[in-house]
Amino acid sequence: MQNDVIMAGFGGQGVLLIGKMLAYAGMHAGKEVSWMPSYGPEMRGGTANCTVVISDRPVGSPVIQCPRAVLAMNLPSLDKFESALKPGGLLLVNTSLINREPKRSDVRVVKVPANDIANELKNPKGANMVALGAYLGATEAVPLEEMEKLIRETFASKPAVVESNIQALRRGYELGRAQSQGEDLP
Amino acid sequence: MAKKLMKGSEAIGEAAIQAGCKLFFGYPITPQNEIPEYMSHRLPQIGGTFVQAESEVAASNMIYGAAGSGERVFTSSSSPGISLMQEGISYIAGSELPVVLVNIMRAGPGLGGILPSQADYFQATKGGGHGDYRLLVLAPWSVQEAADLIQDAFDLADFYRNPVMILGDGLIGQMMEPVEFHPDRKPCKELKPKEWAATGCKGDRPTNIINSLFLDPAALERHNHKLQAKYEAMARDEIRCAEYGTEEPYDVLIVAYGTVARVCVTALEDLKEAGIRAAMVRPITLFPFPYAQVRAASEKAKAVLVVELSCGQMVEDVRLAVEGTRPVHFYGRQGGMLVTPEEVVDEIRRLLTVPQLEADHA
Repeated sequence: MQNDVIMAGFGGQGVLLIGKMLAYAGMHAGKEVSWMPSYGPEMRGGTANCTVVISDRPVGSPVIQCPRAVLAMNLPSLDKFESALKPGGLLLVNTSLINREPKRSDVRVVKVPANDIANELKNPKGANMVALGAYLGATEAVPLEEMEKLIRETFASKPAVVESNIQALRRGYELGRAQSQGEDLP
Repeated sequence: MAKKLMKGSEAIGEAAIQAGCKLFFGYPITPQNEIPEYMSHRLPQIGGTFVQAESEVAASNMIYGAAGSGERVFTSSSSPGISLMQEGISYIAGSELPVVLVNIMRAGPGLGGILPSQADYFQATKGGGHGDYRLLVLAPWSVQEAADLIQDAFDLADFYRNPVMILGDGLIGQMMEPVEFHPDRKPCKELKPKEWAATGCKGDRPTNIINSLFLDPAALERHNHKLQAKYEAMARDEIRCAEYGTEEPYDVLIVAYGTVARVCVTALEDLKEAGIRAAMVRPITLFPFPYAQVRAASEKAKAVLVVELSCGQMVEDVRLAVEGTRPVHFYGRQGGMLVTPEEVVDEIRRLLTVPQLEADHA
């Protein structure tokens, strides 16, 4: 059993961070994991992305050409990675910043207004946590409790940040779960 | 110690510290900048010294000088920077000094690009600098193995009084994976005190002189023979490789090293599902090369496929190992493009088609 995902967005949206958190939580849950950032020449304000693999077996390639899931936090990321997604794969779309419909009809789409939810929770920086939660809700790649534990440990010195991020994570998780009941990834 | 999630470059830095490295001299270059960055903040914490040299040529001469003191010395760079260091590396090998070098390879030639490559195999294993010398070359395929091999590299360098190179690619430098350190680890070789080190003696013992200049040709020939005997000892005692699926019958043997071998492991799983029989040998030491192991494994196959991120370099050593007894094919990507498991599977399917097999055996 393997879960892999490309997480992509603008520099500053925190996609590298949630990718690392996913890898950490996977490691804590006893899985084999890898995290690989894109390190090509990118401009400030350009896109950033990382590939995370979570597997029951030692990770083969840490770079995935056709991922089982893509998390697109902005339009350039959707444009870039939508076509790479495996047929039947999971496409998570941040509808707060992406105003077009996905072109693929052979994939499972989960729509998450990540920035709107984060703003509603008065945690505007927490859009990445909403998206991470949605990914977990749609895939159960690692248990939600494991991720909450990680957030508590990571931000131990800032209790307010812990609570608001866990709230954001849970809202995303519910959305992800509601939109993908009983469906398996390839 | 618990597992930590670390970038390959940082794990390499930490492993060097844990191996007792106190001195780092280097010059930044992508994709391995996290190594000097890590060393620059960690070394002062343990009473060590980090120097950002004015160039790679300078850095290689700084490690040459510092290694003469007997301290554990380390530098890292990426392909173009390693080319600049070749002068110092040849002097270090000629002077029989232990240093550890890391080359996180990027695509070349020239400035090339910053993405992963394995195109420095020839440079690492066949020379690079001038003169008859060899580096002991270790090729990790994961962050954990990179950390483990760095620690062994310091022991091997001290034992043989020879530069040891860790040859990784951009993926090894950039990716994060769980890694565990073993602070109570024992050296992988039995090490003697460094009585040759130039530490200052104030007349208490004969002066130690570290030098690669021998103007007397007979003395230089003797020195060369001594170096060759060392390389023969490495070939006898230090070969490391891993085998995958060689206990079952197979038709194709893959030979691959570093992160490419991981891609090939995924391909082996896909091939198995498709009912195609294949196995793999992964050299971990590139010098000394596991000729005998590759030869033995090839004898159970109809054909051999070498997969590299280059235009075909290790394939020459595989051909030397097989000595014409099996057809040796090559598949590679260049320029920072990566091999995918699907490509390896397709290539093996192609090799197993009847016309190709007949051509192989014509």
